[in-house]
Amino acid sequence: MPHGLFMATTLQAPPTVKLPGPGSLRRVILRDSDAPSTGIWIALAAITMTFAAFTSAMLVRQGSANDWRHFSFPIILYFNTAVLFASSLTLQIGRRRFSRFDTERHGEARPTITALYGTLALGCTFVFAQYAAWQQLRSEGLYLSSAPSSSFFYVFTALHALHVIGGVLGLVYVIRKLHRGVLRTNTFAAASQYWHFMGLLWLYLLVLLRTRI
Amino acid sequence: MHELSTHAANHAPPQSFLRKYVFSVDHKVIGKQYYGLGLLAVLIGMVLSWLMRIHLVWPNFAIPGLQWLSSAGAPGGVITPEYYLQLMTMHGTLMVFFVLTNVPFAGFGNYFLPIQIGAEDMAFPRFNMMSFWVTFVGFCVLVAAFFVGDGPPLSGWTAYAPLSAIPGSGPGQATGQTLWAISIATFCIGQLLGSLNFITTTLDLRTKGMTLMRMPLCTWAWFITSCIGLLAFAVLLPACILLILDRVAGTSFFVPSNLVVSDQLVNLSGGSPLLWQHLFWFFGHPEVYIAILPAAGIVSHILVNSYRRPLLSHKAIIYCMMAIGFLSYMVWGHHMFLSGMNPFSALVFSFPTLVITIPATILVLIWIGSLYGANLQINSASLFALGFISMFVSGGVSGFFLAQPSIDVYLHGTYFVVGHFHMVMGVAAIFGMFAGTYFWAPKMFGRMMNETWGKIHFWGTFVGTYCIFMPFHYLGMIGNVRRYSAFVDDYLQVPQPVSLLGLHFSVSPIEVHEFISIAALFTGAVQLIFVYNLIYSRFKGTPAPENPWQGTSLEWATSSPPPWDNFGGRLPVVYHDPYQYGIEGASGDFVMQNSSEHIQTVREDKKVI
Repeated sequence: MPHGLFMATTLQAPPTVKLPGPGSLRRVILRDSDAPSTGIWIALAAITMTFAAFTSAMLVRQGSANDWRHFSFPIILYFNTAVLFASSLTLQIGRRRFSRFDTERHGEARPTITALYGTLALGCTFVFAQYAAWQQLRSEGLYLSSAPSSSFFYVFTALHALHVIGGVLGLVYVIRKLHRGVLRTNTFAAASQYWHFMGLLWLYLLVLLRTRI
Repeated sequence: MHELSTHAANHAPPQSFLRKYVFSVDHKVIGKQYYGLGLLAVLIGMVLSWLMRIHLVWPNFAIPGLQWLSSAGAPGGVITPEYYLQLMTMHGTLMVFFVLTNVPFAGFGNYFLPIQIGAEDMAFPRFNMMSFWVTFVGFCVLVAAFFVGDGPPLSGWTAYAPLSAIPGSGPGQATGQTLWAISIATFCIGQLLGSLNFITTTLDLRTKGMTLMRMPLCTWAWFITSCIGLLAFAVLLPACILLILDRVAGTSFFVPSNLVVSDQLVNLSGGSPLLWQHLFWFFGHPEVYIAILPAAGIVSHILVNSYRRPLLSHKAIIYCMMAIGFLSYMVWGHHMFLSGMNPFSALVFSFPTLVITIPATILVLIWIGSLYGANLQINSASLFALGFISMFVSGGVSGFFLAQPSIDVYLHGTYFVVGHFHMVMGVAAIFGMFAGTYFWAPKMFGRMMNETWGKIHFWGTFVGTYCIFMPFHYLGMIGNVRRYSAFVDDYLQVPQPVSLLGLHFSVSPIEVHEFISIAALFTGAVQLIFVYNLIYSRFKGTPAPENPWQGTSLEWATSSPPPWDNFGGRLPVVYHDPYQYGIEGASGDFVMQNSSEHIQTVREDKKVI
């Protein structure tokens, strides 16, 4: 046992922690993992940071030269916004049905799955309708490299659509698990959180693009 | 020892060879894969630095065989100035991304974080596997740049636009630069997945009794680093996407108007080169801490073990690392003092740069101050940990000078900066890796490493690195510019008066360069001892006991190497703070975290040296 000065002083200091039984057990951490819900918050933080970086790049690029070109905003995007919000709504209906199914034990999984198919269909509609918006821009001669404003428009909408496709895959995973009856509440909650976040992110992008372009 | 039986493990034991060693979801295998990838990258990076050092001082020396790698870049084995820059770019990129990020953070972190918090695996084992393989793809894409077109890019690891955005701006700037951008974007995705896993695992999978403050310091360092990485790589990824679009899709995010390259007007316009620098350095400075914080954590973990006493303050180290992580996001502009940024913003960035030295200094003072009353055990691991402090201080002190915009204007383009960042970030982090390897190899491979070879390796590396990087500071102060491929017939040939340790003599800067090159060749050769030791010990070393260093944390509470589910299906329960060394009244010199022994614990605030 080493006897430095540190050891000498600890000898004099009275023990400040006295515990019954073996050692001290400060806190019990439940073994039921919260990992999906924690993980999704962290993933959303990273996604937020990515879009924040793109936003700041857009503001800097707009101020760096006089070549920013304003163009007419595709009207179909408002329709797309409504579609995405409707998809969040059906997802929420699915969650309510799921919680009833979850608590009753003998309930049917089918109503939940129906609602989720609705979300899935609306999500896919959104992605295709975004494609329609790009087609409209192309018909006006606005391509990715035509102007910095159109560049950012394509970058923002394409990356958002990519994230929505990720959400669609997540929903497919949830539906498969539900079919087999092995869906965990946390997984479903995380997938829905991601989906709703995509709606919010889209709303932000809509305002950003509408005001800047 | 009280243990708690728990539910079934996260995943079943792997059966096939492919699932066990290649596409494994086991965090220990993934940690070793990262380590192996880092080792491969560091060997390539080191050879590249040799080639550069040889060319710098013997510009006409023909390196046998190099012409086969690039007949245009090294005709007859003699490196061209452009190829020198291409080698430099690859050296920097490989070292910063695939070594300094991969080994101390992703490698050791993957292996030991779950074990140290008493978990069976990471929170998302499949994402973890994807994280490694995505990184591996990034590595392959980067190295492929050597073999396609006219070689790797020459724009440096920082890939400053518009040089990096115009395919015709030099050799390697066409395919090579595109591969670079794709590689780094891929790397970002891998690191984001990794960070997500680290954070979630630390927050959610701690075993019973493992409070946050009871986590070992290296676990804390990995946790803080993953928080930094999550936000930093989330910014570099968009930057790389925009760069790729500039290169392949004809957009102009970074290319300014009226740019003439190779006597031709570039048809892109309106972009902002400064935008790239802002986005890059917003990632780039936190990246310095992504490299150094895990090393600092590993070193703290090893030092407290070899001191056989607790550090002066466990909490202060954690809070300092948090402060460093937070401040690392506010200092990126100090890389851009000469970029044409508004001079007033230079002042704004200078201040937090000076402030960040305060938590860094507190860390160093705790490491050194805790030596008082310690019963220091000298072995390869603790030598490298102490060497880390030396490198960190020596390299950090020159940071004070560079943080002042007025001094940086003179020094920024010189070898002073090269000396500074290699010591404080590169070599210091590498010392952390060596310390970690000597310390944890018994756990990872089940065999002890040879101590004699380890000590020879340490002294060779320690002396060698000082011989390489200290003279760089001198060269910078006399105005020797960096990034030039060779110095012939110029001011570097003129002897300069030097006073060193009371001796007065004159030496020409090019002779200093020759000294550095010889030291670099020597130090590199010393690393072969390490590689030999690692490989030999892996197969022929003495079998390691469960707890060879008499450590207290949970990695020493399981067999060496641990079983596939880390604790054989029964997770440990934690009763004590992580570093209970030399506690009065305890049955031995140390009390393990999962020991049920009742000891008199001294509270942090009552602790006196």
